[in-house]
Amino acid sequence: MTDDKVITCIVCPIGCKIKVKTDGKNFGICDGQKCKRGIEYARSEALDPRRMLTSSILVKNGEWPLVSVKSSKPVPKNKIFDVLKEIKKSSIKAPVNLGQIVIRNVSGTKIDIITTKSIKKL
Amino acid sequence: MINLKADVAVIGGGPAGLAAAISARKNGAKNVIILDRNSWLGGILSQCIHDGFGVEETGKSMTGTEYREMYITEAKKHNISFMKETMVLHINKNRELIAINKKGLHKINAKSIVLAMGCREKTRWNVMIPGDRPSGIFTAGVAQAFINLYNIMVGKNIVILGSGDVGLIMARRLKFEGANVQGVVEILPYASGLPRNVVQCLDDYDIPLFLNHTVTYIKGKERLESVKISQVDEKMNVIPGTEKEIKCDTLLLSLGLIPENELSKEVGIEIDILTGGPIVNQFFETSVPGIFACGNCLQVYDTVDNLTIGAKNAGKHAAKNTIYKQNKISNVYAGKGIRYVIPQRITKPGRVFFSLRVEKPQEASMMRVNADSEEIFKKKLLWVNPANMVEFSFDVSSDIVNSGKKLEITLDD
Amino acid sequence: MIRNIHRQMKNFRIAIIGGGVIGSAIAWELSKYKLDVVVFEKGSDVASETSKANSGVVHSGINSPPSSLKARFCVEGNKMLQPLADRLGFPLKWVGKYVIAKNEDEIQELLKLKQVGIENQVPNLEIQDGKEVNKKESNLLCHQALWVPTAGITLPYKFTIALAENAVANNVTFLLETEVVDINCKDKFFIETNKGNFQSELLINAAGLNCRKIVSMLEKPDFNIYPCRGEYLVLDKSYSNLINSMIYPVPPKKLGVLGVHITPTIEGNILLGPSAEFIDNPDDKITTIEMMRNLISEAKEIIPSIPEKAIIAAYSGIRCKLASPDEGGGADYRIEESKQTPGLINLLGIESPGLTGAPAIAKEIVKMISKNIELKPKDNHKTIKFMKKRFSEMNSKEQSELIKKDERWGRIVCRCEHITEAEIIKALSNPLGARTLSSVKFRARAGMGRCQGGFCTQHIIRIMEDYFGIHIEDIKLKSSESNLFMGRTREVSDDKP
Repeated sequence: MTDDKVITCIVCPIGCKIKVKTDGKNFGICDGQKCKRGIEYARSEALDPRRMLTSSILVKNGEWPLVSVKSSKPVPKNKIFDVLKEIKKSSIKAPVNLGQIVIRNVSGTKIDIITTKSIKKL
Repeated sequence: MINLKADVAVIGGGPAGLAAAISARKNGAKNVIILDRNSWLGGILSQCIHDGFGVEETGKSMTGTEYREMYITEAKKHNISFMKETMVLHINKNRELIAINKKGLHKINAKSIVLAMGCREKTRWNVMIPGDRPSGIFTAGVAQAFINLYNIMVGKNIVILGSGDVGLIMARRLKFEGANVQGVVEILPYASGLPRNVVQCLDDYDIPLFLNHTVTYIKGKERLESVKISQVDEKMNVIPGTEKEIKCDTLLLSLGLIPENELSKEVGIEIDILTGGPIVNQFFETSVPGIFACGNCLQVYDTVDNLTIGAKNAGKHAAKNTIYKQNKISNVYAGKGIRYVIPQRITKPGRVFFSLRVEKPQEASMMRVNADSEEIFKKKLLWVNPANMVEFSFDVSSDIVNSGKKLEITLDD
Repeated sequence: MIRNIHRQMKNFRIAIIGGGVIGSAIAWELSKYKLDVVVFEKGSDVASETSKANSGVVHSGINSPPSSLKARFCVEGNKMLQPLADRLGFPLKWVGKYVIAKNEDEIQELLKLKQVGIENQVPNLEIQDGKEVNKKESNLLCHQALWVPTAGITLPYKFTIALAENAVANNVTFLLETEVVDINCKDKFFIETNKGNFQSELLINAAGLNCRKIVSMLEKPDFNIYPCRGEYLVLDKSYSNLINSMIYPVPPKKLGVLGVHITPTIEGNILLGPSAEFIDNPDDKITTIEMMRNLISEAKEIIPSIPEKAIIAAYSGIRCKLASPDEGGGADYRIEESKQTPGLINLLGIESPGLTGAPAIAKEIVKMISKNIELKPKDNHKTIKFMKKRFSEMNSKEQSELIKKDERWGRIVCRCEHITEAEIIKALSNPLGARTLSSVKFRARAGMGRCQGGFCTQHIIRIMEDYFGIHIEDIKLKSSESNLFMGRTREVSDDKP
């Protein structure tokens, strides 16, 4: 049995509402698409939705108490809260450079959490 | 009084100031100073930990913080002087600035000035929400600073008024940090932020979006206890009987931004009441010669990418600071269907880059430019709405400028 | 957490309940004598209720019924204010008032007011015609007006703070966040508060809206209080040039018409209001959409050029009235020693012109006390004179010198009003121990500008944490339960559990 879903495409400002059918493995477009990029987007949203994650990590002995971080690649949607939990438990010592890896292979996703800011030591 | 000289003095070290300063250096200005009131450069970008920045400019999506560091590195490479924790108190028509920091008062004589002061957030009283005056009410940007910079959580049970991008981003941020986000309340029939943010901040996390609603009452003796929301009609009047009370301890206000122009007003720069920012010509020069304006203090931009394009132009012209012999000026007006247009003045013939906002969302319509009733340009616009700035350019002829013709931009229904 | 710098005494000669302008004025007068005096204030700072939420007007006396205590204390207090402002350093400006008549009928009202003024010995009252008024007030629409030169403006919170902090400098004990919950009287007063028990010989009830509550702890009150709310709108400083003096319409006869006052403030804002609405709950300090709309629309009738976008803030204050609307809504002050409970001095129904009358009322209280207790003047009575000029009002030379002495004068924290870090630290170092965001706002003005704290709040919080060690959970907006924050984004090991 496949589910009907309506996906709002975000590739361009039009924001087409694309109706799809999916069972998680297979995918078929019903209606609403206007371009190739939209179809691609709808497919990835239906079969393997991922999101870039951004958050903060505690800094010890830094000029600022937090450093902003991001996932090195988009994270599978169903792993987001696991990843956030692990980020919350972590910390890093100043000085921090932009692009530093704070967590490798976070929550078994093979994705790293890297800093997006540099923080000087206090 | 400490006396300094500068070729270009840039007031504000956020993305606009940084981009303008770098561009000024690239265009021949030798001594460029950026003055910023904070102890950090990058302005608001410092707290923008989310991504989506720099896509048009660099091809990749960066976080605001990465975009900031990219510009600061570039600015340092160009030997721009930074005066941090420095507030500009006054500027005058002779392009003298009085600035203050812990070293004392400074008088800076600049050949040209770039205004890049950014904007401030609308407050509860700008929309007159009645009720108690408890703690727990924050503008979205201030809440963002506390959560992202200072490691302070503003509350646990949140209602957000306004579905602009800042409000949507904060909805997700608070959700990520374990708060219960009850919903985003929006007075218009559509969200004012980017569709991507509606999907990735609200839909993804089942955060309700109450369209056609507004907060009509705030309750709380000491800390916020609840808000009342009501539905509104097409004229934005409250529909009686639709009031709902939502228990919460925090109200985030994402009501819109107001360009900061106190310095501009003080020096007598003409302000456009439609944009809230200075009236400028196509070189980003204000009505006071040698003073240029860019970034959010000129007009509130949607993306930092568009903002820095304008800022780079402002910086270039501030560096060149050629005083164009102006016989006549061609004034540009926002006509039917157009909320505002920049630049408001054209002082030299040539290719002019315009940015404007439309009055209401429209699927497809024809934008027309008339010079004294003669149509000189038209362009078909698709999928426009007030939240997305429209940009276009065309050549303005010498005939138009030299005879001071009035340009009017309109949008068909 | 409020730390009071005085020794933790429990027995006092005189206890004052209420740290508003009346309680603070009495405390300051009493501080001149060799007495142990305590003030109980349930709020987190002085002037936390009606004393801060009014128009800041120094009244001339034309509005008070002749031979009333209101008239007497108003005219006496009015004369005392300039020397007091000179001595203590709080701001005071004699901007004068125009009571305006829009038409012929209202001229009769002007004449009546003038007559009352003359009876109350208010000097230099003058009826002027519209043209003459327009010479000084070009944005005004009026037919004729009564010019009242002895009306002025002050900042009611700064006035109260100057009195209170001077009292503290002279060894009066101010206990903030201290609420009186019960009182017993047996030779002495046994006062139970939420912060402990105290004793005093005399008890002064300056509890404002809670004056009846306090009386009822000791006896059956022979009066009722009728709270009457006044709402205000605050306009941005950029419109300050619309008026020079206070502009009051003639008191309206039509129902539903507020007769909105337009009052300039010391800082350059304009106040619209107050409204007057009898309410049930004396704590109901809300602002309502009806009143906010009425205030702006009525103001526009007098000064058409006021735009709605000029509004930057709104607030409300509650008057403590002793007469219901059916009884006329106005009654004279009751300032008297209780017959039933000797030693209890009640100040009841101190509404307008209470701010003006405060210095004179305080002197009267001292006179009453001197009948019971011998008052020995101190020979080392100190005066802390407040800085009249803010940093932003000083000239460059003065500013540069201050920065040289202490670099924190060079760091601007409040962008809208140009308030420096040094001024914020000074505000937080006040001798009352008040450490809320409001106590910074009312002393240093930070947060009262266009952006209403949008820029400065994060910097003030940083100063509170770094300089004063205030934990983020203890940072309050104005009262003990108005916490700003709820924990941290990421837990830090040295935080409170």
